[in-house]
Amino acid sequence: MKERLTEELIAIRACKELQPGDCCNLGIGTPQLCAMHVPQGIHVQTENGAIGYGPLMTADDWQQLDTDLVDAGGKFFTSAPGMSFFDMLTSFAMIRSGRLISILGGLQVSQKGDLAIHSIGKADEYPQVGGSMDLAWGARRLIVAMTHNTRDGKPKIVKELSLPVTAHECVDLIITDLAVIEVTPGGFLLKEFATGWSPQEVEEQTEAKLTIAGDVKEIEF
Amino acid sequence: MNNKVCNAAEAMAGVHDGDHVAAHIWGVNGTPGYLFRALVDRGVKNLTFYANNFLPSPPGLIALGLPDSSGTILLSQIRKLVTAFTGTRAIRGLGEEDFLDKWLKSGQLELEITSHGVFLGRLHAGAMGLGGFYSPIGIDTIIEQGKEKRVIDGKEYILEKPIRPDVGLIRASKADKLGNLVYHGTARGANPIIAMASKFNIVEVEEIVDTGELDPDMIVTPGIYIDRIVQIPREDAASPENRQEILEKVFADPGIRELVFGASRGEQE
Repeated sequence: MKERLTEELIAIRACKELQPGDCCNLGIGTPQLCAMHVPQGIHVQTENGAIGYGPLMTADDWQQLDTDLVDAGGKFFTSAPGMSFFDMLTSFAMIRSGRLISILGGLQVSQKGDLAIHSIGKADEYPQVGGSMDLAWGARRLIVAMTHNTRDGKPKIVKELSLPVTAHECVDLIITDLAVIEVTPGGFLLKEFATGWSPQEVEEQTEAKLTIAGDVKEIEF
Repeated sequence: MNNKVCNAAEAMAGVHDGDHVAAHIWGVNGTPGYLFRALVDRGVKNLTFYANNFLPSPPGLIALGLPDSSGTILLSQIRKLVTAFTGTRAIRGLGEEDFLDKWLKSGQLELEITSHGVFLGRLHAGAMGLGGFYSPIGIDTIIEQGKEKRVIDGKEYILEKPIRPDVGLIRASKADKLGNLVYHGTARGANPIIAMASKFNIVEVEEIVDTGELDPDMIVTPGIYIDRIVQIPREDAASPENRQEILEKVFADPGIRELVFGASRGEQE
């Protein structure tokens, strides 16, 4: 078995997309790990009503624990100068304002950039919408950080979604444990691939057609 | 009522069978868990319950001696639940029984799924007395099922109806005796919106101060929205002081600290 990137490395690569001054929202799952790696000067937003807060609490600073500073995934965070709190109506107006970069997890992405995340498509499940539809609709730029394949090896980067759609034509960039793929008007563009893999081997793990970028390279961190 | 300050049982006299009740639920953060327990004691039935999230208490918190203050203690009193997130995929992933299954399968409970943004928009519409609004969220998803759709300027929208709860259960940091509220951190959440949308609001607070003590510039929810003010008793296991004390005791154990917060920064490098 060839090695794939760990969840942590996917998160580290996703954080490279962020520039100083950017505001971003981190979804539940792999994107949550980004919280420990966001570079200086990035303002992280959480949908329950905060922006510009400090890193997540670690075992080192637990004595400053304030149980009312909690992110969307229920993790405690630290204070930072310039941090602000607001109600959730303000928060979702912000999310839909096109000012935030959103990093979400994903179950499937189609070549048109349709995203499936809220439902596994089983009749007896209760879909978990949360803020995903609002984030996908309203982000300035939507980055999906997810594994390239399902646990049983099926491709998650597909021609058409087989799972219920969360939002149409919303994904800009996909970062997986095998590749960095841009969604373009002409379909998927393979820009980077994991060390030890070739672009052709990444294609074999992908259902939709991949165009290989002229300057395709190994993923750098 | 000139004096809004009362105990939880007195406040709950304002909640009746069949009422529509709304609350902010985000773990224990900003969630009116003390009032949830008082609502269990009140025993009213056939409620329609609106909450952004609806999840069981983490078993760890209960093991620490904190009473279960999650919305799930109300399940036998709820006829219809409107929420955006129940976390049940993760629960099933752990191989545990889904806490909603028995209620839904028996037909005692109806579930309506929404999104966080739509939920807040519907509360805002309720607060403003709107008849509804056209929303772009959830096209071709469960969100649009059974709703009117309309194309405006070439884009598709879904007609969303307002939420106007009979009762809002609110959690705030401090109230003065008029019911002016201030919040702390992310415990603000959806509380101010629920207070604006609901016809009758009961707030649980950590501290009641004299009128005039709160800085008017800092007041988030004006007292006009608040009908009953309940001080969480210091001796209650879920009071903020108690919670902080319990957590500090627990986190004194380095093993648990690492479990909750991850490895220390020194170890990561």
